[in-house]
Amino acid sequence: MKKKSLKLSNLYLLLVFFLLYAPILYLIFYSFNEGGTMNEFTGFTWEHYGAVFEDTRLIRIALDTLRIALLSSLFATTIGTLGAIGIYFVRKYKAQQALLSMNNILLVSPDVIIGASFLILFTVVGFRLGFLSVLLSHIAFSIPIVVLMVLPKLQEMNDAMITAARDLGANSWQVLTKIILPSITPGILAGFFMAFTYSLDDFAVTFFVTGNGFSTLSVEIYSRARQGVSLEINALSTLLFLVALFLVIGYYFIQRNQQSKKLLTKNQARVVSTR
Amino acid sequence: MNRQARKYFFIPYTLWLGFFVFIPMALIVYQSFFNIQGEFTLENFITYFTSSTYLSMTLNSIVFALLITVFTFLISYPTAYFLTQAKNKQLWLLLLILPTWINILLKAYAFIGLLSQDGSINEFLAFVGIGRQQLLFTNLSFLFVATYIEIPFMILPIFNAIDEISPSYISASKDLGANQWETFRRIIFPLSMSGVRSGVQAVFIPSLSLFMLTRLIGGNRVITLGTAIEQHFLVTQNWGMGSTIGVVLIVAMFITMRITREKKKGRHKE
Repeated sequence: MKKKSLKLSNLYLLLVFFLLYAPILYLIFYSFNEGGTMNEFTGFTWEHYGAVFEDTRLIRIALDTLRIALLSSLFATTIGTLGAIGIYFVRKYKAQQALLSMNNILLVSPDVIIGASFLILFTVVGFRLGFLSVLLSHIAFSIPIVVLMVLPKLQEMNDAMITAARDLGANSWQVLTKIILPSITPGILAGFFMAFTYSLDDFAVTFFVTGNGFSTLSVEIYSRARQGVSLEINALSTLLFLVALFLVIGYYFIQRNQQSKKLLTKNQARVVSTR
Repeated sequence: MNRQARKYFFIPYTLWLGFFVFIPMALIVYQSFFNIQGEFTLENFITYFTSSTYLSMTLNSIVFALLITVFTFLISYPTAYFLTQAKNKQLWLLLLILPTWINILLKAYAFIGLLSQDGSINEFLAFVGIGRQQLLFTNLSFLFVATYIEIPFMILPIFNAIDEISPSYISASKDLGANQWETFRRIIFPLSMSGVRSGVQAVFIPSLSLFMLTRLIGGNRVITLGTAIEQHFLVTQNWGMGSTIGVVLIVAMFITMRITREKKKGRHKE
């Protein structure tokens, strides 16, 4: 009896697993289709991959997307880490909770609201829409995630080490670089990773603040998908799928090198649940 | 670190809080009081609350978001539960979460192919004798794809909640003579409610504001609050009305969070 119900549950898991992956595999499968549609597989070809690499506009947009992701996650990680340290050292419980709720506003706000409000902000200030407005927006919505990834590591840190360092004559800079940063490095790396993927995946916010001249992959895929099916997008999605896979495997290894694996998955839950 | 240095390190973060959290939120509220001619007025709110178009759009959007949340829950809860029982559960979990790292646009695009007139699902329907149907650009396709996209976001918090339940509760329940169903109904389900709450939060609020899917998959038949905001900002350029709907969406967000809030257990006494 027990054995049978166990099998049924595995079957259910497999079914959900299949459903979640089917559309992705479907895209990848047809990226090799000679026929040019997503219906009938007529023969194998690499031609669509060739098309992706010859499409200079697409390549430029891909490089821009990568540049935005790297720069925004670097800035967001720096500001977010310093922010987390700041929040950690606020000793009043109430004030700390208040800061954390403010930190989480952008995480719980729908993308449309963030996009629209940033658009108003840039317009009011008279900031031209383009690369910089997208970069600033990505930095802005990535900061809270970094804070949430770094904060638990700070709470695990042994405060006595800071006191000891100060007693031995370390200045603030030395305390920061020699004590605090080394003990929270895994959190910083996780934060960087999250910020990077947030930036790569974002569509809605970018769509609002991108203006005419500048585009990221998400926005470009959107405008091409509106015109219908083109297997070049399939080839592109296969490449992006590989990038995502690579990133997740990398992240998994960062996570594995820590003792407190459980904690990080918990964080992910909070992160995802407050998306 | 001394107080002085700490303050300097904190400056960039505070600047961010000011310029990218508070000012934008204030601006969207401020903007909602301006009509399309740029006059300061309550017109937008009056239009919104008296127009049957806006009100029925809002109701529609809420109904759709509710349906998406319910369907997502129905599929995710058993998944999360079975996942906690599985061998190698961490690996399974990772695999089920992996699709969330794939760009949402690509998933939507995959469904354009799958659901199209000559797509694989129609091929299948024709094969089993049901015949081809209009699948893309219907309410049903929108519901289906939105549910697909939200499933992992519901699985994760529920999984964590169930996984945290101490096994001794379950043994105790069995020792006292409860069968599997009773144990589930009286122990596991109530204790997993915190996960369900965060799952609902994670799915319901974004579902109210989906705008890309309504266009690519729903063919503009479904108008959510998000679609309306995007239309007003980027198409009709009526930012005042867009902001008004934005304010409504923010209020809806707070109400949702209030309803799904964790009940205070009185652990953090002050």
